Amino acid sequence: MKITEKEVRYIADLANLALTDAEVKKFGADLDEILEHIEKLNEADTGGVEPMTQVLYEADETATLRADVVVPPLGNPAALANAPQPGAGYFKVPKVIER
Amino acid sequence: MDIPSLTITEIKTGLLGRQFSAAELAAEALRFAEKENGVTNAYLRFCPERALANAHQVDSRIARGEDPGLLAGVPVAVKDVILTKGVTTTCGSRLLARYEPPYDATAIARLEQAGGVILGKTNCDEFAMGSSNENSAFGPVRNPVAPGRVPGGSSGGSAAAVAQGTAVVALGSDTGGSVRQPASFCGVVGVTPTYGRVSRYGLTAFASSLDHIGPFARTVHDAALLLQVIAGRDPNDSTSANAPVPDYTAALDGNVKGLKLGLPREYLKDLTSETGDVIARGVEILKRLGCEVREISLPSTEYAIASYYIIATAEASSNLARYDGVRYTCRSNRSDTLAEMYRNSRGEGFGAECKRRIMLGTYVLSAGYYDAYYLKAQKVRALIARDFAQAFAGVDAVIAPVSPFPAFRLGEKVNDPLQMYLSDIYTITGSLAGIPCMSVPCGETVEGLPVGMQVLTRHFDEATMFRIAGALEQSRGAM
Repeated sequence: MKITEKEVRYIADLANLALTDAEVKKFGADLDEILEHIEKLNEADTGGVEPMTQVLYEADETATLRADVVVPPLGNPAALANAPQPGAGYFKVPKVIER
Repeated sequence: MDIPSLTITEIKTGLLGRQFSAAELAAEALRFAEKENGVTNAYLRFCPERALANAHQVDSRIARGEDPGLLAGVPVAVKDVILTKGVTTTCGSRLLARYEPPYDATAIARLEQAGGVILGKTNCDEFAMGSSNENSAFGPVRNPVAPGRVPGGSSGGSAAAVAQGTAVVALGSDTGGSVRQPASFCGVVGVTPTYGRVSRYGLTAFASSLDHIGPFARTVHDAALLLQVIAGRDPNDSTSANAPVPDYTAALDGNVKGLKLGLPREYLKDLTSETGDVIARGVEILKRLGCEVREISLPSTEYAIASYYIIATAEASSNLARYDGVRYTCRSNRSDTLAEMYRNSRGEGFGAECKRRIMLGTYVLSAGYYDAYYLKAQKVRALIARDFAQAFAGVDAVIAPVSPFPAFRLGEKVNDPLQMYLSDIYTITGSLAGIPCMSVPCGETVEGLPVGMQVLTRHFDEATMFRIAGALEQSRGAM
């Protein structure tokens, strides 16, 4: 299992992570080592096994539903209070469309 | 009052006997914690105003002759991944260095309703990712038992505070062992309840199919009581279970005679001899108390780490996508476009371990790899859960070590991420199965380092888990 530098940069791009060249090298080596350990899973016989997508326990089908009632929302000022750049009741961001 | 050794029962007696008021206790506990915090760096910040407001409420309830609550006046520390309204909550990350949550987690609201007094927020690995507390953006935590060593992680600050006596109880979070392992390393009780037993509303999400909130305490009784308060259905968390919450402390009568305990042989082969010796002594105590201990097999254990580090990182890569520099995280100022701003804010803000896990999680979910990794890991997870289900057909509980070794030295494992991941082997299996599990102090190594024993039971059978842990706690000193 050898993950290429190109793959590392592609994954970082998918994850919206700016990495330095040193990080690309380091994470490439780390991922290699971890993925090599993960190869162990291929030894496990999972024929006919359903994937465990959630932890299940005995409960009614509707047990997880709450009553359909309107509750007060957080509100605009509280929602914007931690924004790095709020403005006119909105979150401001750098330009989205490049010219 | 002797602050570092206080228990919930002593506090209640003191308050109702008018030996001290909740406000006096809170002030004294804060003074002590602030003075001692330099030793461990367990707390990231204190919230004295909130603590004193909590305490005054308890005092007025007592003055009015009302029930002051199960946690009346009890000083509590809270891991900094659990939201506290108006009190900065950083998750151990630079990205959230100035984040003030607009609401309280349900566990916080419940413990304050029960009279708990929140002293402050505790240090942790960034976004709860780590096994040593060395991944905090705000410096490592030192183990109060041995300050050159780590307290464990990721809830290292909460474990250290309880061990040091700067809190009576604490809240942590556990995804793959982050409550049990630091409890074992610091010599305190740490509980990971059944998945869904405690609402996660207001717990910062790491891996949603594995995340739990869990209590720390110096005694099994106090841990049981804290769980009692925070457990139960919450309409704000659709994954919280609707099952009734029994009286956990009622199970602490010390009677374990005839209980069948399984000791998995897969958990004993990689133990260091010092940890193995302590666990063996604990097993002997339980046998003398009348437990029937038999060796069992959990054959899929060897695949647990691989399965966990796929599922946990895949879910983390999705959950951590929300830290985008737009709504509540710090923003990089050197970006001209939105796409650059996302990349730079995240690149500058996340520490190395978070980046590594986001990368791994993104990789295993990327096109072409989903079936080979995520789907396969979920099938292996089903095998691990089945191992436990089959074991519980023959035994009432599984007992095991928490960690292959006691607290290691600061810096000893930071440069080898895989070795760090592999050290989670004994805690990860219970997390994947979603069963209740806890660490209870079992003894010390020759060097005086604490070793915890893990007790694991069936879904929602926390009572049996507490019964066994309580019996071990009571008999350990006596035998």
